[in-house]
Amino acid sequence: MTLYVERKQLVAPGEILAEGKYTSGENTHREGDKLFSSKVGVVEIDGDKLGVVPIKGCYVPRVDDVVVGRIVDIVMSGWMVGIDAPYPALLPASEVFEQRVPRSGMDLSKTFGVGDLVVSKVLAFDRTRDPLITAKGPGLGKVTSGRIVKISPAKIPRLIGKKGSMIAILKKETGAHIMVGQNGTVLVSGKHPDAENTAIQAIRMIEREAHTQGLTDRIQARLGTGRKGEQSEVTRETSRVD
Amino acid sequence: MNKVKSREKPVELIDKNGLRIDGRKLDELRPIKMEIGLLDKADGSAYIEQGKNKILAAVYGPREAHPKHIALPHRAVLRCRYHMAPFSVTERKSPAPSRREQELSKVIREALEPAVLSEYYPRTTIDLFIEVLQSDGGSRCAGITGASLALADAGIPMRGLVAACAVGKIAGKIALDLSDAEDKQGEADLPVAVMPRSNTVTLIQMDGSLTPEEFETAFEMAVRTCHAIHEQQKTTLKQRYLSIKEEVEEKNEQGKSEGQ
Repeated sequence: MTLYVERKQLVAPGEILAEGKYTSGENTHREGDKLFSSKVGVVEIDGDKLGVVPIKGCYVPRVDDVVVGRIVDIVMSGWMVGIDAPYPALLPASEVFEQRVPRSGMDLSKTFGVGDLVVSKVLAFDRTRDPLITAKGPGLGKVTSGRIVKISPAKIPRLIGKKGSMIAILKKETGAHIMVGQNGTVLVSGKHPDAENTAIQAIRMIEREAHTQGLTDRIQARLGTGRKGEQSEVTRETSRVD
Repeated sequence: MNKVKSREKPVELIDKNGLRIDGRKLDELRPIKMEIGLLDKADGSAYIEQGKNKILAAVYGPREAHPKHIALPHRAVLRCRYHMAPFSVTERKSPAPSRREQELSKVIREALEPAVLSEYYPRTTIDLFIEVLQSDGGSRCAGITGASLALADAGIPMRGLVAACAVGKIAGKIALDLSDAEDKQGEADLPVAVMPRSNTVTLIQMDGSLTPEEFETAFEMAVRTCHAIHEQQKTTLKQRYLSIKEEVEEKNEQGKSEGQ
């Protein structure tokens, strides 16, 4: 067993990671007893499991993911929703109305029109079928206010942080309400536009620096008011407002 | 085209010092410049300059297949368009895809397909556009090199990158990376694409004629050069992110020293 890379090392597709009895994790592939990276990303080592955290990539739906979708079409039984995945999602009318399934001929566009944003949850998805989503449940439904930030879906785990540490800091320090869709759409709404701006700039910074270490600390330092000398322009602006 | 060619005065392809028209040695590559992620709207993009070749590659997808009937149930479909801009050559080229462009689109697609792990995204398409902005011989090879960078930049899972280069025969000698003039007046041209990670050849074409021995040397030279180009591809892919990392680390250092 030979390991050719170290933790957090940046690798390109086709770069050899290890030889021997290592387990193939995310974004890696095996040929013979050699393990290779499949994407540009950062190496992650967990025991004998090697993975690559990608820098870019499209969103692949997973059951129970909360996503922010845009209505693209109204069909017989519901809506087609664009969730920035390679597959269109179906939102059936029965997954929107609390009461019994409405009779046919009902005007669905009164509920969601084309172009509306809907916070929804993935109910079912596999390789052979398009994703099925629901808008029934706490926090789900039409988006009526706030601002939209789109980032690469590959960077969502970083925005959330380990056990939600990063997003917790963002919410606490900016006071804004932040809803993260796993498909890369983030909704930000705050009492004051400045709080929203600060949050959006921090999100952009996380997206840009996602592959670097100590990002959570830097975000804390940037947003936190307790530490001197490290306050950025943005933080000072908001603290003045406060 | 033929008229133009016959009017051209035959030039000495190799001078008495053993140097070529553009002053290169026989085994010398034209300078290559690569860049990634320059198109905002594309999922992945790359720009490559190889000598006077200037090529832009863009990748969209994996995305929903349109028209639907081209989708495959078990893997993504790779679609490729190689296109030369009307202003890319001396005499204006009609923007309509020519027979040559259609053929190159096909061979480029086939050169890249073995590298893409397309089974990860069934029922989708990955669209690849290679636009030659300026052409000077060997644009299919530079196109492949650039396209594989664009695919990697789009975050599409790949077995490895693909690098390509051509070797030819001019004035009776084997020479690396022919320019347009050398290609037109030379005796043979041999474009080769290699996936260096498994050392497999994904494209090999030849026009003109070479003896088996010449072919051997030429092929050997092409494969070696592809490995060298591959190194540059890897650095290009990483550099963008390494520079952000360095910048961040620098700031961290500054922050620390200020804090003290």
